Amino acid sequence: MNLLDSIKDNVICGNSDLNSPIRKGERGVKELVSQALEQGVSPREILDEGLVKGMDVIGRRFKANEIYVPEVLIAARAMKAGMAILKEPLAQTGSKPLGTLIIGTVKGDLHDIGKNLVAMMMEGAGFKIVDLEIDVSQEKFMNAMKENPDAIVGMSALLTNTMVGMEGNIKAFREAGLSNPVMIGGAPVDEEFAKKIGASGYAKDAATAVEVAKQLLGLN
Amino acid sequence: MIIIGELLNSTREKIRKALAEKDAAFLQDLAIKQQDAGVSYIDVNAGAFAERELDVLEWLIKVVREVTDLPLSIDSPKPEALALGCRLAGDDVILNSITAEQNNFRSIVPIIREFNTKVIALPMDHTGLSEDEGKIFSIANSLIESLGKEGVSPDRIFIDPLIRPIATNTVYGPLALNLIRRFASSFPETRRICGLSNVSFGLPKRKTVNQTFLIMAMASGLDAAIMDPLDEALMSQVKAAQALLDLDPYCMNYINAMR
Repeated sequence: MNLLDSIKDNVICGNSDLNSPIRKGERGVKELVSQALEQGVSPREILDEGLVKGMDVIGRRFKANEIYVPEVLIAARAMKAGMAILKEPLAQTGSKPLGTLIIGTVKGDLHDIGKNLVAMMMEGAGFKIVDLEIDVSQEKFMNAMKENPDAIVGMSALLTNTMVGMEGNIKAFREAGLSNPVMIGGAPVDEEFAKKIGASGYAKDAATAVEVAKQLLGLN
Repeated sequence: MIIIGELLNSTREKIRKALAEKDAAFLQDLAIKQQDAGVSYIDVNAGAFAERELDVLEWLIKVVREVTDLPLSIDSPKPEALALGCRLAGDDVILNSITAEQNNFRSIVPIIREFNTKVIALPMDHTGLSEDEGKIFSIANSLIESLGKEGVSPDRIFIDPLIRPIATNTVYGPLALNLIRRFASSFPETRRICGLSNVSFGLPKRKTVNQTFLIMAMASGLDAAIMDPLDEALMSQVKAAQALLDLDPYCMNYINAMR
């Protein structure tokens, strides 16, 4: 197996490094990414052909219910171990992310599992993530949008009484002249609700979120 | 063991559809099935309808009341919905739920008092869900105390350890079990409750995880659960666990259920 395939394979199985409990004692994504850099593989190629390809497989398998949440989490952890090594060299070569995602769970809602899964899959797909965490106010979203005018905004909710806040948010964004595409997700919302409140996209799970985001940026 | 039937919840797609289409027969059938399965309370939730929640909740309660007199658990974060539910539901209501966050607490206590209800207490405050056992315990402690000062005695309180999915962090299993154990020994007059299905989110064969967790939680002092009473294996295990914990004299409930 060549080095990039091996990086992809170790992302998929979640072997972040030599000491991780997955394939214990075997070199993981962290070591393999370092080795690839030493051998002169470009950071962009390591990202696209190694890490992103691995997370792409995870996304597809998760969507098809072939793998489960913990398997996504360990894969994302492995991907992040590689990103930590790649960050510096990527910046130096002037490599740009696919796009930026501002993400947060809306005001009054403290749930973060779905939001985190989406952030991980999007990062794995090559997006830069601005994670505003949970209980995010309208103002906080808008400040982040002003700082990242090209970013997509992802709003999440689990509670039925907080999902209504999404509508007010989108209204406020538009009134303030912020035209960033907004996508929403979470257990109580659906396509119909997304349309009703004027969201640009709806994703029913984390893997779909990546597809929707790419569509919104015209990348598909 | 107090079982609250969870099925009439508008966040479940089938229920949302039945509520939207006013399919009374479907909802009434589920109410009767839960009653026949032996629940003590039926949970009703219309929260998915957002601004129409009150209207839908009113209709749902009326429809349920046409077929059963079982007490209800009114499930909403909105004080107006809880109060409306109390007015329509009759005696022995459980409010689902109250938290230690001040605005929430202040707006829900008057409803508990006016309608003399029971209440499910979630030990979280303005800082949100803690991961720290000691902190959750101390919020629970002060929440029970605050409710006591408002005249809500411990026997009307169902305290919840806030179970989170072990798929995201496996420490959540022992965290919940330890809290149930501590609640049972420190607040013996309260009931310990949980929303069961949360624990298995993100895992395959969720029912297996739910069933195993319920038995472990009962052994730790859980004595109420919001769950699917139509899961026959789960209901049988509840009865077996009660017999094993000396909560079923002569095992008669177990025998009668299995015969």
